[in-house]
Parts: sequence; structure tokens; C-alpha cells
Amino acid sequence: MTMMRLAVFLLTLVFLPIFAAGQSLAQNGPLRLEITEGVIEPMPFAVPDFVAENTEAQQYAANLARVVASDLTGSGLFREIPAQAHIGKITDFGAAVQFADWRAINAAALISGAATVSGGNITVKFRVYDVVSGAELGNGLRFSGPVEGWRRMAHKVADAVYSRITGEGGYFDSRVVFVSESGPKNDRRKRLAIMDYDGANVQYLTDSNAIVLAPRFSPTGDRVLYTSYETGSPRIYVLDVGRVQRRVLEQQPGTMSFAPRFAPDGRTVVFSLTEGGNTDIYTLNIASGQRQRLTRAPSIETAPSYSPDGKFVVFESDRSGTQQLYIMPATGGEVRRISYGEGRYGTPVWSPRGDLIAFTKQSKGRFHIGVMRTDGSEERLLTASFLDEGPTWSPNGRVIMFTRETRGATGRASLYSVDVSGRNLRPVSTPDGASDPAWSPLQP
Amino acid sequence: MITLARTAALCACFALTACTNANRFDDTNAVDLNSAQTGLAGSPSDPASPAYFQQTVGDRVLFAVDESTLSRNNQLVLEAQANWLLANPDYFATIEGHADEQGTREYNLALGARRANAVREYLVARGVAGGRLETVSFGKERPIEICSEEACYTKNRRAVTVLSAGAQG
Repeated sequence: MTMMRLAVFLLTLVFLPIFAAGQSLAQNGPLRLEITEGVIEPMPFAVPDFVAENTEAQQYAANLARVVASDLTGSGLFREIPAQAHIGKITDFGAAVQFADWRAINAAALISGAATVSGGNITVKFRVYDVVSGAELGNGLRFSGPVEGWRRMAHKVADAVYSRITGEGGYFDSRVVFVSESGPKNDRRKRLAIMDYDGANVQYLTDSNAIVLAPRFSPTGDRVLYTSYETGSPRIYVLDVGRVQRRVLEQQPGTMSFAPRFAPDGRTVVFSLTEGGNTDIYTLNIASGQRQRLTRAPSIETAPSYSPDGKFVVFESDRSGTQQLYIMPATGGEVRRISYGEGRYGTPVWSPRGDLIAFTKQSKGRFHIGVMRTDGSEERLLTASFLDEGPTWSPNGRVIMFTRETRGATGRASLYSVDVSGRNLRPVSTPDGASDPAWSPLQP
Repeated sequence: MITLARTAALCACFALTACTNANRFDDTNAVDLNSAQTGLAGSPSDPASPAYFQQTVGDRVLFAVDESTLSRNNQLVLEAQANWLLANPDYFATIEGHADEQGTREYNLALGARRANAVREYLVARGVAGGRLETVSFGKERPIEICSEEACYTKNRRAVTVLSAGAQG
């Protein structure tokens, strides 16, 4: 299998001048959607086809608007008013908006955009309006980059809209690395793959000659840690995403290493190492190769994950007799148990905001994805099925993606996402079976 | 007496835990002689053949849910494995530990390692040189039975002693 260099689309970003048409100021305060834990009414928005400002841009103009709409709708926080219902049209990006046309169809937000293509580059600009007050929300923005990266620009637009309306960071211009699965359950073939968060642009990073497991992004998204059976035994590898080059990180003879994750500094890896049947947690400095042992117990200690400030590690251990969650200082030391509910808890992952820990819970023959506060309080189960496992956080800490496997001889693994409030459970489309997703940070 | 002997063997296992730093053989030259993929070597009627080891001696032991302790039946199988390995010193073995699908991926990897290690320590306590025995865990990655019922799970919670040819082949 030939590896291609993965396209990394660099975008440039320019602020557009403040909209000149001096509409009335907001009368009811700015358009704002408060994301609360309760059920919310999705905010209605309209995003007409972007204006093609030259002929070459025509094939992108409608698609850009479709990706923006799909991002916003997919968040569960917004509801699109379809084009068939539109009264007004936007044919000139610079012209004053006829807000009455958009108020009449009950749009709360309006997104207008335009695209120009020249010499293999695409430039996309957009504005967001509060339809009720007739005011622009924030400044217009302009992105440019290679045309192949047009979806990223649509995601950038959607991120800006999401962020301006919710007051929180977006997550659409991000990627997911995962394990692509094919073949029957007793002869499953696995290979690493990477895609946009919404399932577009899938590319494969390894072949399927060896089992690969649980890839994890570096804090800047440039590298991926994963576990491979390339040598016959599980070992940790690091892969440069842009160059698709990998190297083994841990290969002490007679041991297995797995469950790696980067520290927030991107220089240290925390992982599990098994020696003589006993699994403990270690850190490894990638540059120096220096290893430090964090736990020393005859029980299983695995699935470590750093707090965003790098000061603590949450992990699972069966030292109490069953799998439970514990937190310790990042250099090892005193261990504090945080899970006390009925059942078994595994695969803890600290949220990027630092406030919550997502986990897999097994209870009464069912699997759940759940979240709890870092002191173990306010446990909330978000999903339930035959087998849900391995949560990963969206860059803004609002959405969790995970693996769901179906029951029985034809059982198949696929990816799902769910809002941290437990709403908006959705499948993530992948070409084959898929497992072990890991969400990247927002792309620059 | 047999029970006493087994107890002694188990005690020896624990005593040996600290010195299991086996010398390593080269994975790339090892050939799986009794894995499902490569088929069996030799005739099952030849007691010195890997086929005999797999079919008559028994190449695997099964475990209870979440357990890595060896049942009495397991110990009988492992006694026979140890005797076979002592009688056929040209063979090395990799003990593969496995788990059923009811568990998270990382935990099952660690659990499979516990199972493989329990077998290895038993064989070492019965006199098999530690340098001939490697372990690896596949967690829940390589089930042999694919239903989602206990009938399948019980066969998947296993440790399989996979023979490989030694230096002479």
C-alpha cells in the first residue's frame, strides 16, 4: 500500500471591514443561545447558497453552504430553515440584507457568504446576522487556501457562527483519528485512519497487516500515538500525521506497552506497561527516552489521561477488586478514588475544559458512556447499549465521540457522538466498521 | 499427594515471579506450528509432534469471568504441557492470553496478560526453562467464537500455548 503525503491545508484569515450599511442596533440584546443542561429549542437559521463571485467558484458556492448547515444542524443546537422556504435571496454579498424577508420565515440567524476561485486557491468570506435586530454578529471574515481545502473553510465559518451565538468555542474544523475495521469478528482487520470530524476525507495511515489500537492525537494534532502488534506484541508507536512516518517508542524486551496518551506539553507520553503479567502506569520523555514509573501495584493500572493543566492523571485500576477510576499527581504519589457508583468504570478521559471526566461504565450487563466531575460527583450516564466504550472529547468539551459495537456473530463497531448533556446521539458515518476514535484539537 | 504437589507448584510459582526475566528469542525466526492459520505440524499419532501437543495434550486453558486463576482442570492440562515441553526441548512457546468481549479494550489487554503469565509461571514452576516461554496478550482482539453468549465467551477467555521451532527447527 502506498502512503501519500496527507494534504494539510493551511488557511489564511482576514477580518472584513465592519458592515457598512448601518442597520439598527440590537434592541433585545445580541442573539444568544445559552447552552444549558436542559432540553433546548434549536435556534432556526438560514444559510442561502454562497455567492459565486466568479465562474470557477460556482461548483463550491452551494456546497460551502451545505457543509455549514450540516455542521450547525449536527450540533443539535440549530435548526435549518430549508432553501425552499426562503423568500429572500442573496445574490450580492456586499448588498444590504432585506431582513424582513428573513424575519418572515422566522429565521433567528442568517449566514451569508461568497467564494472566489483563482489559480487553485479559494477565498471564502461570510457574515452572520441577528435577523430580529438586523445587526451583524461580530465582524465578517475571509479565509483563503487551496481549493481542495474548501470543506475546512466551511467548517471555519460554522465554527465562527457557533462561537458567536453560543459564546463557546467551536469544534467543526477538527479531525478524528480512528481504527478502521473490516472482516468478520474472528478475523478482524484493523488499520489507522484519519478523517474530518464529520466523516469526510477519510485517509488511511497504516495497512492492516498488524492489529492497531487506540490512536491519540498530540496537543497540536501533528502526531498520533497508537498501539500496534507489528512485532507480534503490543508496542507504542508515534506517527507524524503530515509525513505518515512512524517509529516505535517503547520496545523493552519481554514487556507489552499500550494505552498511550500525550501530556499537554506534547513531549511526555503516559502509558501502560505490562511486565510479568502485571500492568502499571509509566511516563516516557519522547526526546530523552527517559522512563518514570508512576504506579507500583500488583493490580491492573491502565488507561491514563492527563488533566489539561498537566498536573494530574486520571486512570483505571482494579486494586479494589473491580475496575474503578482514580486520580494521582502527574509525577505519581497519592492516589484518590473518584468512582463509587455500582458497576465498573474504565477508560477515563479528562475534558479539555478540565471540569469533567468521561468514562465507560459497565453495569448489569450494559455499557454506558458517562461523565462525572473530577471529584466523582454528579455522575451522568449519556448512553446505554450492548457495548459502548472509549469516549473522546470534542475540542470545546461539548460533544463526546465513542465506539458502539453491536451484539452477536455479525457484531460491528461504528462511531457515534453525543452531546455532553446526553442529547443528540448520532452515528458518525465511516466507510467500514470503525472504533477507538480520538478527536483532534481545533485546526489552526 | 497430588494435591500437595500442586500446592507446592503454585507456591513455587509465586516464588518465581520475581525472576521471570527470560532471555528472548527472535520473533522473526519463530514459526507458529500449531496456530490455526498455519495448520498442524506432524501427525497427531506422533507424541513428539506439535499436532499431538495441540490435540492430545491440550494447548489451551479456559478462565472464569475476570479471573486469571488456574482451575484444577487447567493445572492438569498445564502439567501435561510442561511434561511435553520437557520431553521436547527443541520447542519454544508463546503463551497467548485472551479475554471475551465483555470489557474495555485496555483492561482486557491487561487481563489477557495476567492469564498468559499465570500459565507461564505454572510451566516454569514445573521445570520448563523460562527462556523458552514468551507471553503476549490479545485482549478481546482475537476471539475464536463470535456469538455474544456465555457459550462463546467461555471459549474466548483462554490462554493458548503456541509452539514454535527452536534454533534447530
